[in-house]
Amino acid sequence: MSKLTPTPGQTVGPFYGYALPFNKDNELLAPGSAGSIRLQGTVYDGAGEAIPDAILEIWQPDSEGNVVQRTGSLVRDGYTFTGWGRAAVGNSGVYTFTTVNPGPTEAGAAPFISVAVFARGLMNRLFTRIYLPENEEALAADPLLSSLDPERRSTLIARRDADGGLTWDLRLQGENETVFLDFEGASQ
Amino acid sequence: MLLDANAGHYQDDELVPAAEPHAGHAPLDAAAETQADLSAEIKAIGEAYAQALKNGAAPETQPRLDFAPYRSSILRHPTKSLHHADPETIELYSPAFGHQDVHALESDLTIQHNGEPQGERIIVQGKVLDGDGRPVAGQLVEIWQANAAGRYIHKRDQHPAPLDPHFTGVGRCITGPDGSYRFTTIKPGAYPWKNHLNAWRPAHIHFSLFGTDFTQRIVTQMYFPGDQLFPLDPIYQSIVDQDARDRLVATYDHELTSPEWALGYNWDIVLSGSKRTWTENEAFGDAGDEE
Repeated sequence: MSKLTPTPGQTVGPFYGYALPFNKDNELLAPGSAGSIRLQGTVYDGAGEAIPDAILEIWQPDSEGNVVQRTGSLVRDGYTFTGWGRAAVGNSGVYTFTTVNPGPTEAGAAPFISVAVFARGLMNRLFTRIYLPENEEALAADPLLSSLDPERRSTLIARRDADGGLTWDLRLQGENETVFLDFEGASQ
Repeated sequence: MLLDANAGHYQDDELVPAAEPHAGHAPLDAAAETQADLSAEIKAIGEAYAQALKNGAAPETQPRLDFAPYRSSILRHPTKSLHHADPETIELYSPAFGHQDVHALESDLTIQHNGEPQGERIIVQGKVLDGDGRPVAGQLVEIWQANAAGRYIHKRDQHPAPLDPHFTGVGRCITGPDGSYRFTTIKPGAYPWKNHLNAWRPAHIHFSLFGTDFTQRIVTQMYFPGDQLFPLDPIYQSIVDQDARDRLVATYDHELTSPEWALGYNWDIVLSGSKRTWTENEAFGDAGDEE
């Protein structure tokens, strides 16, 4: 029951590159440190082309499932896990984060990473989720995943890499279009 | 010039011609769509929306993701409806930012170099509120913008307008306990882009905002009152509702104007409603960096 009407969003445009990225923005913890994994993927448009001008943010609990409320994301001290990071894709459309596997926030809950997506040509930011591929039982019980048909559901589940990392590609449009989320309306 | 191996993958429709001598007088591309073509498309969409409103449709408050007059959106909008989800744990919180993250001087974009930037000095201030009118305290606000000549410090901006050695165009601040933010900067210039022939963006400042819930995260653009380019701009017009568009336009505020120093603009930003069940402490506390 909002009383004020929200301000509209607008595209991030092409020129965020000297403003939004910052040193170690995509390193939620130091690469190679204990428990760290690589999370990577490619952002595609509706023609199946990788796009070079998207920027992603992730926001996640720590490996124990705790929601962290610690400052220091913009000036990382190398030790504090803040749970939030930002990564602009490179010229080949690939983004990379160093992070940890998120833990379940409640016993039996399917762990996921929350994602906000921005791109030139994308009129407003999009939200989605990256689920860990393990624990079929928790995935099957997840309220969001179980509300999706199996084909679409798979767009939200990362693949586990041989090195222990995660790969998750994002498709803005077309075949295997990623499920994007609306948190407004209904159930309020 | 794009030197990377994947340069061919760039859709360079938002880049302007290379900044070579006389680039401003480069031959016009006869194949390019004209402003009249684009304006006709924008008008048709506007008329269809007006008719829908008359037929009882709810007013739209956000830009359309599918808005073909902005050509880059054609392959970059989801074709399936957004899927309704109830926000869960992590989504009901935002990352925490504080004075470890942002220095107080980062809110003044006119003092980042050794000299005064060119252009019209302005103050932009306002409040970040949630949909219930609660101030969003202790949160990060980031801005970026072109200089007074309409040029961005970005390797892909090749508009043949001068860079300003005394202006970068990037600022940050942390909102106060009342949700307030304040930047001192230079009024940005309009700039050309390649969506269509003779496309110009109205002067604007990009804003990036966080709320108390990650679901409130937005990136948007603030415009200046009375800009003649509004009706022509497919990005501004991607918000089809006039009241909604007006929410992106700052108000000139003479009370805020600083004598013999800077003109003042006021712009409040409203995020969506918080979905979290608030405790009294959260509702009245400063979620800044004080542990």
